Amino acid sequence: MALRDELGPYFGEYGGRFVPESLIAALDELSAAYELAKLDPSFQAELADLHRTYTGRPSIITEVPRFAVHAGGARIILKREDLNHTGSHKINNVLGQALLAKRLGKTRIIAETGAGQHGVASATAAALFGLECVVYMGEVDTVRQALNVARMRLLGATVIPVTTGSKTLKDAINEALRDWVTNVDNTHYLLGTVAGPHPFPSMVRDFHKIIGEEAREQVLALTGQLPTAVAACVGGGSNAIGIFHAFLDDPEVALYGFEAAGRGVDTPEHAATLTMGRPGVLHGARSYMLQDEDGQTVESHSISAGLDYPGVGPEHSWLKDLGRAHYRPITDVEAMDALRLLSRTEGIIPAIETAHGLAGALQLGKELGPEAIILVNNSGRGDKDMETAAKYFGILDGVEQ
Amino acid sequence: MSSKVEAQLDKGKALIGYLPIGFPNFEESVEAAVALVESGVDILELGVPYSDPVMDGLVIQEATQIALAQGFKLPQAIEAVRQITERVSAPVLLMTYFNPVIQYGVDKFAADLAAAGGAGLITPDLIPDEAAEWIAASEKYDLDRVFLAAPSSTDERLRQSVELSRGFVYAVSTMGITGARADVDVAAQTLVERLRAVGAEYVGVGVGISTGEQVAEVLSYGDGAIVGSALVKSLNDGGVAAVALTAQGLAHGKPSAS
Repeated sequence: MALRDELGPYFGEYGGRFVPESLIAALDELSAAYELAKLDPSFQAELADLHRTYTGRPSIITEVPRFAVHAGGARIILKREDLNHTGSHKINNVLGQALLAKRLGKTRIIAETGAGQHGVASATAAALFGLECVVYMGEVDTVRQALNVARMRLLGATVIPVTTGSKTLKDAINEALRDWVTNVDNTHYLLGTVAGPHPFPSMVRDFHKIIGEEAREQVLALTGQLPTAVAACVGGGSNAIGIFHAFLDDPEVALYGFEAAGRGVDTPEHAATLTMGRPGVLHGARSYMLQDEDGQTVESHSISAGLDYPGVGPEHSWLKDLGRAHYRPITDVEAMDALRLLSRTEGIIPAIETAHGLAGALQLGKELGPEAIILVNNSGRGDKDMETAAKYFGILDGVEQ
Repeated sequence: MSSKVEAQLDKGKALIGYLPIGFPNFEESVEAAVALVESGVDILELGVPYSDPVMDGLVIQEATQIALAQGFKLPQAIEAVRQITERVSAPVLLMTYFNPVIQYGVDKFAADLAAAGGAGLITPDLIPDEAAEWIAASEKYDLDRVFLAAPSSTDERLRQSVELSRGFVYAVSTMGITGARADVDVAAQTLVERLRAVGAEYVGVGVGISTGEQVAEVLSYGDGAIVGSALVKSLNDGGVAAVALTAQGLAHGKPSAS
């Protein structure tokens, strides 16, 4: 069977539905609705039309030669998901799930968010479709992503800061699950990544696989060949699976996911789940995760709120074990250097999340040599990160230090 | 093969009391559990503190986070069962999210729990569909396994929960997470009736029960009334003496006491 045909609920030994029984009816309902929608030309046409007239798809590709000079001369091509409406790839999944929520007759959507990209996209779709929207966001993240909190509130969403646990993305998911258990009758949980219980990992992947499908054709048209390698950052893993998926059954294309190493994988302060974790159950699925010997989830760290998550989608765990995709850690410092480099060489300010994939591409270019073509998912734009970046580079007063 | 919990339920309708292990500290949690039994609780449900308890409301979350912050380690769950079963004869179930059991080793956890005198497990985030390894281990070590049933569950899923549970089926009385509610949902009685219709012999009803009157109401149709947050709140507010008083008040709701 082609790797692309894996539908869940299991990816090898990963995936499944480790959730309270109270949620099973909703997951079954969602699975059934999604299976119907997948085969329904009117659903697909509606989504495609939204992408054309609202998202701004297809997103373009941009070759970045001045950036590539720093990558051993390899050709580097960016898939510009940062140019989508709302500024990241997240809108692809949100529009798909919001359409499903409407079909299910749900009047309220809830979402978790880390960096705020998924929360903004969810609030946007809620505004577009006239749905009530509640976004759970770790209190720590509401501070470091204050601009996105303001965007969500302007769009009419209620943002609830989560003060339990580590007060980051992991705990925002816990709160969203608790809300869903309580309000499942009228509420759809618009999960923002390829983690969680079935059908989320395969459904969210399907909504994002358009990234790789477009990019595969675009790179072929530009270069006459498939890329040597495809690179993306990995937190929960949605943008990475989105760009990987079309290439899963092209064995000549190497796939690389770049995780957040925070202050370094030799310190406790990282979010390198696939590099440093081991299999367990978190947020409804069996997958790699960061945990102690007792199976308690360990708090992650990354300068990037969107990658600051101690779990990862089950399909990535499966691809890692198969050896089909490779996962490497990128430190905060490496990511911030890449963020500044792309800004200064190409005039493109990427999100800090995205910068992990760009830093990885710099490594890959040096390893693969000048003949290599590296496709990078430029998954989000960096506007939301200006405060963090300004502090990091010491440029708040206009003088770089 | 015999079920400790079913043997207890055969004696009469039961008050089932929940407390987390390690809150406010290990020793006091053991004392509080013993005090519950001495105050009329028939079956103990000891919560294993976990970092991501998605089924729990704020009261239990706060208690278990304190236990974790104080350094709770998984072997203490087994040790608590050992110490409590040495002192009282009530069956002791552990209520645990499943990842700690997976990491300990499902077979080893079952073996150690059985050796400590434990009755079995309540697994809030493990549905029977994902439970093959735990079902095998619980058979091997003669342990009870309590799966959940929800108002939203189909009859087919209720039948599966009934067939694969041993001890009792945990009927989630309302759509929500743990925590005291003024009224126990009418959905509870309907759910118990549906469980009976698919063959349930023993049904425990939980989530939202906090008074003796609610215990009496629930035991008019269920076999066990499960109380958690109200006990945890008492223990937090007034220590072992207070939680014993609360348990006595709840026990007045049992038919034998009226």
